[in-house]
Amino acid sequence: MSESAMPLLEIKDLRTRFHTLDGIVNAVDGIDFEVYQGETLGLVGESGCGKSVTALSILQLLRCPPAEIQGSVRFDGINLLGLDREGVRKIRGNEISMIFQEPMTSLNPVLKIGEQISEAARVHKNMTRQQAWRWAVEMLRRVQIPGPGSRSKQYPHKFSGGMRQRAMIGISLSCNPRLILADEPTTALDVTIQAQIMSLMQRLKEEFNTAIVLITHDLGVIAEMASRVVVMYAGKVVEEAPIKELFKDPRHPYTRGLLGSIPVIGRKEKTGRRLQEIPGIVPSPMQMPLGCRFHPRCPEVMNRCCEQQPPMIHLAEHRRVSCWLET
Amino acid sequence: MTEIKENPVCHPVQRVAENRFRRVWAKLKRNKAALVGAFLILVYVLSAFTAPVLFPGNPSAPNLIKSLESPTFRDPLGTDELGRSILGRIIYGSRISLIIAVGVVLVGIVFGIPLGLISGYYGGKIDFGIQRITDTMLAFPGFLLALALVSVLGVGVKNTVISIGISMVPLYIRLVRGCVLSVRQEDYVEAARAVGTRDVVILARHILPNVMVPITVQTSLSMGTAILFAAGLGFLGIGVQPPTPEWGAMLGSARSYLFNAPHVATFPGIAIFLAVLSFNLLGDGLRDALDPRFKI
Repeated sequence: MSESAMPLLEIKDLRTRFHTLDGIVNAVDGIDFEVYQGETLGLVGESGCGKSVTALSILQLLRCPPAEIQGSVRFDGINLLGLDREGVRKIRGNEISMIFQEPMTSLNPVLKIGEQISEAARVHKNMTRQQAWRWAVEMLRRVQIPGPGSRSKQYPHKFSGGMRQRAMIGISLSCNPRLILADEPTTALDVTIQAQIMSLMQRLKEEFNTAIVLITHDLGVIAEMASRVVVMYAGKVVEEAPIKELFKDPRHPYTRGLLGSIPVIGRKEKTGRRLQEIPGIVPSPMQMPLGCRFHPRCPEVMNRCCEQQPPMIHLAEHRRVSCWLET
Repeated sequence: MTEIKENPVCHPVQRVAENRFRRVWAKLKRNKAALVGAFLILVYVLSAFTAPVLFPGNPSAPNLIKSLESPTFRDPLGTDELGRSILGRIIYGSRISLIIAVGVVLVGIVFGIPLGLISGYYGGKIDFGIQRITDTMLAFPGFLLALALVSVLGVGVKNTVISIGISMVPLYIRLVRGCVLSVRQEDYVEAARAVGTRDVVILARHILPNVMVPITVQTSLSMGTAILFAAGLGFLGIGVQPPTPEWGAMLGSARSYLFNAPHVATFPGIAIFLAVLSFNLLGDGLRDALDPRFKI
């Protein structure tokens, strides 16, 4: 990762809010981070902290209204939020593509796998039907589906969960994008398949020199894949760190809580403690606590935390934390 | 690109579409009412196609000597006030009725499906606009709407098709819109958008095939309704005009002879009844057969 190079994706003060009948929900509330060419950035946080909404906001896949996206999302120097519908459509799938969480429902049951993979190539690369179909078979082979020729003629119900996710990865790579937003790509799969999919993504990432934003709540996956991690809590970035430093020296109590809640065999014998959990739940976006959003659940809460939002403190390049403990 | 080596183990050629068709047919076969409906529709269609063979001669040529005869061997259903064979006129009338039914459904599909797709997919102001127009049209009973339209457009087969067809459009819009509202929430639609697929392609390739089942059922039911409406307009004398052999018009002119020659009105009535019934039976059967939740 070259620090001087221009970031591939640069998000500044991104705010996504939803206008609902119960009021305005600030799902993403002023986040910023960068992604560089060819790197894997982990985006970590509990359910409901705004990870997926961030990804959907980048590609503007949210319906507006009710959603409203503000801030700046610069991809290769172009502000995506300033583009018109057609401009965004040309980016989607071509420059930035997405892998979804649920492989069982992300493929259309009435279209053959080959048709669905060839769609992106036909949309963006002006391939003919036959060319795109051959390309789709090639993609299936690259994602290691045995018998890609006959498999491409099948419908999704003939595919297992892991195969479907492979097909989804094939779709997302089919136009050789520069950035993939992987929204919990392995959450719906069982552990052995998870490992296969992860090593496949790692290999293809190097082969295609693609940057990945890996959205997950699984720190084990992050440890294996990512080079840098952004931790989100309740719509805000609370900590950013290179992967090794995050595991060695987590600064934010929330990050420490996340790391403590990973099950480790033999922990009780070693430390006398059982599995740690973070008490409470993510606050409702309708009723955000005043001050630091984590303070009702924080084990190290101080008076100040309840009143004032902590500033973002930059400790080093790509090493920042938003906590009063650091001041 | 290199030639892809096929793994010989996983090689069964898939014929999902054919399997699906076979599965639907298997379910439909178990539904006796739907089979009867399908059979009767087949009889109507065959008689429409082979009318000149089944009944040589002009069904509208009067033969006043044989006026209002009861059923005989030569004229199995008797003759009408102008001495024309009622069987012959019913056979030729099935042509008119089927043409009207198909035409009406085409009008409904051609306008209703695109408007329903757009309304459901885009939502917002477009949806609001289309739905208020639909509400207005649905506020009138279907037959009344067709009646009003035909009184503006005038009589004849073409105008009957147009006016009944227009009265069917809001039904299709509502049906398609409702289905699209649920299908557009599916992950695969979002995935298609994330790939950069154009909206037109998403609607035609990803959403439309997933809403075909209710459209198919609605089409079968609509054909029955269309035949009934067309007969109603013919009966009132503002649909298809005599001497064209149309079942409703036949019924209308037989009205005067209801007491001294009841067969003149009865047989066209039965023809209408059976046609409408069979389309409804088939529609109901298709609904059950195409619904994947009812497994056999």
